[in-house]
Formats: sequence, structure tokens, C-alpha cells
Amino acid sequence: MTEPAPILALDGITKTFPGVKALSDVSLSLFPGQVTALVGENGAGKSTVVKILTGIYQPTEGRILVDGAETRFPTAQAAADAGITAIHQETVLFDELSVAENIFLGHAPRGRFGLIDWPELMRKARALLDEIGAEIDPSHKLKDLGIANKHLVAIARALSIDARVVIMDEPTAALSHKEIQELYALVEQLKAQGKAILFISHKFDEIFRIADNFTVFRDGQFVGEGKIADVTNDTLVKMMVGRDVSHVFPDRTPVFGDTVLEVSGYDHPTEFADIAFSLKKGEILGFYGLVGAGRSELMQALFGITRPTRGEIRIDGQTTLIHSPADAVAAGIVYVPEDRGKQGAITALPIFQNVTLPSISRTSRRGFLRLAEEFKLAREYTERLDLRAASLDTNVENLSGGNQQKVVIAKWLATRPKVIILDEPTKGIDIGSKAAVHEFMAELAAEGLAVIMVSSEIPEVLGMSDRILVMREGRIVAEVSGDDRTPETLVRHAAGISEG
Amino acid sequence: MNSTSHFVPDRLQSPLARRLKSWETLLLGVAVAIFIANSFASPYFLNAWNLSDATFNFTEKAMIAFAMALLIISGEIDLSVASIIALASTAMGAAVQLGVGTPGLVAIGLGVGLAAGAFNGFLVTRLGLPSIVVTIGTMSLFRGIAFIVLGDQAYRGYPESFAYFGQGYVWWVLSFELVLFAVLAVIYGIVLHKTNFGRAIYAIGNNPTGAVFSGIRVQRVKFTLFLLTGLMSGIAAICLTSRLGSTRPSIAVGWELEVVTMVVLGGVSILGGSGSIPGVVIAAFVMGLVTFGLGLLNVPGIVMSIFIGAMLIAVIALPRLWTMWRRH
Repeated sequence: MTEPAPILALDGITKTFPGVKALSDVSLSLFPGQVTALVGENGAGKSTVVKILTGIYQPTEGRILVDGAETRFPTAQAAADAGITAIHQETVLFDELSVAENIFLGHAPRGRFGLIDWPELMRKARALLDEIGAEIDPSHKLKDLGIANKHLVAIARALSIDARVVIMDEPTAALSHKEIQELYALVEQLKAQGKAILFISHKFDEIFRIADNFTVFRDGQFVGEGKIADVTNDTLVKMMVGRDVSHVFPDRTPVFGDTVLEVSGYDHPTEFADIAFSLKKGEILGFYGLVGAGRSELMQALFGITRPTRGEIRIDGQTTLIHSPADAVAAGIVYVPEDRGKQGAITALPIFQNVTLPSISRTSRRGFLRLAEEFKLAREYTERLDLRAASLDTNVENLSGGNQQKVVIAKWLATRPKVIILDEPTKGIDIGSKAAVHEFMAELAAEGLAVIMVSSEIPEVLGMSDRILVMREGRIVAEVSGDDRTPETLVRHAAGISEG
Repeated sequence: MNSTSHFVPDRLQSPLARRLKSWETLLLGVAVAIFIANSFASPYFLNAWNLSDATFNFTEKAMIAFAMALLIISGEIDLSVASIIALASTAMGAAVQLGVGTPGLVAIGLGVGLAAGAFNGFLVTRLGLPSIVVTIGTMSLFRGIAFIVLGDQAYRGYPESFAYFGQGYVWWVLSFELVLFAVLAVIYGIVLHKTNFGRAIYAIGNNPTGAVFSGIRVQRVKFTLFLLTGLMSGIAAICLTSRLGSTRPSIAVGWELEVVTMVVLGGVSILGGSGSIPGVVIAAFVMGLVTFGLGLLNVPGIVMSIFIGAMLIAVIALPRLWTMWRRH
């Protein structure tokens, strides 16, 4: 059988952002009536590719080919006109509008005087919903639908432009088992209609269930492609993560002290269940898992942001109640969140005020500020982290991502914590700052601080952690240490793939 | 910058230099200009007793404005302050009929203010309701109670010693109210600018989520601010009732908007996060001088409110126009 010509192809695409190369010379081909799975870790460049295909980003170099002819998508509309549509997890829908309006927003059928032709709109919406097997009344308001039906509306919206290429970005993340089966049926139907499908997923079982071809990216580079029938789980995992992971990380000879933190029977109604682990002084404990595995939610519960339904925290052997971040800080647990701008720092305030905010009782006397003491404390900790800034009076919003992260870490170290939780500590920061943060973590552990690091970057988890807990769907599914610490083990546990 | 050494200085700009370029300095210029204009416009303006009388135009409102400034900087607002005055004044008036003396009246005024503030604070911080909606509700509620109790009647017969708060003089032309205004200005200035509590207010106003994640007890701080605003409304109720010598249910009607105007005119961002007490103090003088000057010129009240409204829009629009102009 001869291979059909691709409907859509990327050839030698490079995309650079200031200071970062998101994609480097990647290629991708999508064939009519076939499903191509795009596989890679977080940060491999998958979402950048989707944004280039849908006209949101412009490639720095390389060609986009539609039916073999070079073309450009200067706007999202241009991509839509070429018949490319995407179903995102977070497709923007409007709660207060009807299902039909949501589906045809921006390209509703028009009648006389350019007014919306409502009967035609309802008829077309009903036809589309029937086509994908969704039993939804198009006149209902979107807010009355459940999450799964909203997802079907998003799919109908994507198909409402007469699409030839359908991109599905983690389409099953919010769906139940039954709905996933229905989605598979829909994918089969789209294939039969000769549409090309790009399927992005972290779940290997569904990739092997639904895809015909695969393409693997790693760190923004093309690694390989082929027929799904020709590969195994293992080959794919190796292609995803295969690389030398140890050389850039600081050398450590960890010395563990007493157990400082013990968590047991920790439950949350929706985010995690049955969590138990312990942590020693001087230890770096890594938490690995896919996005949505419940790691951040667990950490925020430990820090008192959300409340677990039950469970116990013991610090230095003492049962400790944590009902608020203030309690957590008092107990010696601090949290460096993933979202620096919103949660980590008060970016409109100067550096020194950010650093002293949680330790203000130490720099002040009887509730009165002492600026000289504040500058002293801020200087002490920002110098340790090698912060680069015009002055300590500069607002945090004027710093680079890496330096903002240093301010957040400095602010928590200044409280002299027992346990520091770092949530994706190097996400979105430049290589130089990354290395500085890693070295600093090693230094802190050497000084006897207990460190919890949540990270989705496999090299970082492997390179920094003494022990790794893998979470999946809100539970700790594996503890990985010693010789088991391989990328393959982590990915297998995180994605729930059985051995072999 | 030198790459081998990267010493980070504490500040690049001295606090004095920063102050000179500030909104407060601009506002002070406006105040002086209005003062001079007034003294040319009316021969009666430059008279110590007339000027002293003029301060009554703003002292009571400004007392509330100090607490309101803190509340708005923290990202909340209280529109029920004028109604709290009505409620507190009605309670004091009712107590007078029962023969309660001056110390008792003061306690009742302060107590009602605190209770009303606590009620607002509870609804906002405990039930998580938006303060603008809650206090529009309590604005009607509190004044409604005063109307039910009083109807078209008025309470009179306040004891003679009670008159001191609104009509007494500490020394020469310096009224008790003016002195209280000055003392409160200093206290609020210190609380906002020199204490941990003040720092927390700025942090909350700039980023409430970040403040929670920094271990600040955000709801507790906000509750305290509602309590303070209620208390200041109670103090204003005592001064105003004492000055008028009677209580009608329509007492202080519309003051909430004048208080908010004063706060915003003083440079407090209505979105929260920035502003200062010196700014509010100067804004109080500006508003007092404008109303007094227009009064001397026999401008009718409705024109006066048009003028104040136009001034508010102008001062809010000016900084934005200024930055737009500088960008081009």
C-alpha cells in the first residue's frame, strides 16, 4: 500500500523566544484518515507546535505545507480557513450563552440585515451534535451542562468549521471512562471521513489504542517518528526521555539527620487520597507525576492553603495542626509556589518588602517597622542567592523570572524554616538561574534543611532528589530510590504502564 | 553593569526625592492655589475665625476617610459609613430620652459604630461576600432603622457637656474637632506607614492571593479594618450630633460618597494597593477649602456638588492623561 500524501506537514520548524529555543528544526506530517500521536515530556515543545499549527505563533524558521504547497498562518483565522481546528483542554467557552451560540460563535449563519438566523443556527448545531453522538439540547445554556458535555460542545465547536485537520490536545484529561470510549468512537468516525488527526496525550494506553503513527519530541527537538504498530511502550519511553541526565547537577553526598516531617492518612475530597510519607533533615525528596496528579494540591494542603478532610502532620515528632499558611510558617513549613507572579511574590512591592513580609515580626519592634533591619535581612538572603537587581527598593515585577524566583526563595529562607517545599522551582527560568537554584538547593540540604521538590522535569527530579515519590491520580503510587532511579521507571509509574 | 561584582544598593532614589515627585506634592500645590484664589475672591476668607469655621466642613468626614483609606488600600470599601452615623446618632438620641449622661452617650456612639463595623466585617470576611454589595445593603439597612425609630421626628435635649465635642475649642480658634482630626491623622499615618499592620494592608491590596501565600492572616486584617471604619463612623457621629445638637434620620446623608471622594482625591487607588495618609489629609483641606470658598461666594449647594464631582473625575483622569502624554 502506498503512503498517501500528507494533508499538513511541518518542515524544519524552529521557534525562538527571547532567550529560549522552544523548537529546533522539528518536522511533523499528518495524513488523511490517520491519527498521529505527538509524544514528549512536559516542555518538549508540543504546545508550541499546536500554537504554530493554529496560527497563534509564527515560526522563526521553517515551512508549513498544506497539500504540499508552502503556506503561512499569520492569524488564527487563516489556520481555521485552511481547515485546521484544535480541541484544547481549556477551549474558551461562554457560560451564559447557549450551546448553539458557543458552537458557532464568530461564524454564526446570518439572515437578513446581517442578523443571526436563529432557526438555521439551532438546526446546524443540532446536526453537528448528532454527528458526534452528543445528546445535548443546543438551546440550553452552557452553564447548565456538566464538564463532559461542555467538552463535547468544545469538540462540536472545533468541527463546526469544516475541518480537514483536527488537533486534540489532552482530550481525555477531564473525561470519565465511558466518555473516553465515546471519544474513541468519534475519533474513528473522523478517520473514516478522511480527516487527519493530531493526538496529544500523556497516556500511553490510549496512544496505543487510537494512534496509527507517532512523532516524538524532546526538549524542542525532533527525535523520531514511525508507525505505532512497529514500536513498544519501552521504545517510546526511551525516545521521550533518553539522554544523559546527571552531568549538570551538583554533586552531593547527602547526610541525613532526624525525621523532621511525617504525614499520614492525608485525604482530600477531590485532589488526593491516602497520602503518607516522611522526610529527614538534609534530604531532598522529589515528587514526580503528570500534570494534574495532585502534587501541587497536596503541597498546598501541607502549607495550609486548602484543608484535607483527615490526616495527620507531625513535625519533629509533634502532631501539628495547620489551618492556614500562617500556621505552617510558624511550624517551620514554607512553600515556594509554581505561580510566582500571583502566589509567590507581591510583584508591585519592592524586593526588600517581599523578602521581609513573612519575617516582619523579626525585623520590627513591637509592631513598628525598622527599615534598616529590613534592608539588612533582605541583603543577607538575596546576596546568598546572588540576586541581580538595580536596588533592593526595585519592584519585583521589574525582575527577570529567575531573579523573581530568587526573591521568593530568599523570603522563605529568611523565616529559617525546617521544611521548604519547592513547586516546579525552575519552571520558566533561564539556564543560568536554573543551575543557581539547583546548587542552592544542594547547599540548603547540606545545612540540614529538609527539602521537598515537586517537578515535572525528569532530569531535574533524577538529578536533585535522594528519593522520589511518584503520584498518579491523587495517590502516591511508587517510591523510587537507588538503582531504580531511571527515567523509564518514573514515566511508567506516572502514566500507569505495567512492566514490559 | 560590571559583571564580576554585582553589589545591589538598598535604594537608587532617596525617600525625599520620591516624595517631591509624588501625588501629595501636586495636591499640596492645588491646596495652596485654592487658598490664594479664595483669599482674592472673598474679603471674609482670611479671617482666623472664618478659617476655623471652615474646618468643620471636613473634620468629621476626614476622620472616617482615614479608616476608609486603609480599607480601600486593602481592596475593600465601606459605603455604609454615613448610615452608621445615622444609626449611632439615633441610638444616642434614644438614650438621651432615657436620661443617659455624656459618658454613656459617648460609649453608645462608639459601641454602635464598632458593632456596625463588625457586622460588615463578618459578612465580608466570614461569608466571603463582596464588600461593595454588602455595604450598599447595610447602607439602606442602618439608615432604615433610624427612619423607623424616628419617622419625621427628631431627638433633642442633649446634655450641655455633650456639646463640647462638636462646638468646643481647645485653645483660641483651635476646635476640639480640628485637634482630634490632627491627632487621628498622626495615628493613622503611623499605623499605615510605620507598622507591620500597615505593611500587611499594602500587601493584601496589591495581591490578596500572594498575601495569603505569605502567611498573612488576610481575613483578620480586613475584619479589623471594617471594625476601625465603624469605630471612626461612631466618633464622627458623636462630633456631628454634638455640633448639630439634634438627631434626624437624614443626618449625614450622602457622606459616604464625599468620604470616598476625599480618599480617592488623596491619591488612594480605588483598585487598592496604593495611597497615603498625608495625601488624604491634604485632600481633606482641598475639599474643605473648595466648599468653604464657594459658600463665601454664595454658590448654591447643588452647584457645589457638581464642582466636587468634576474635580474628582479630573484628578482621577489627570494622572492617566499625564502618562499617556509622556509615552508619546
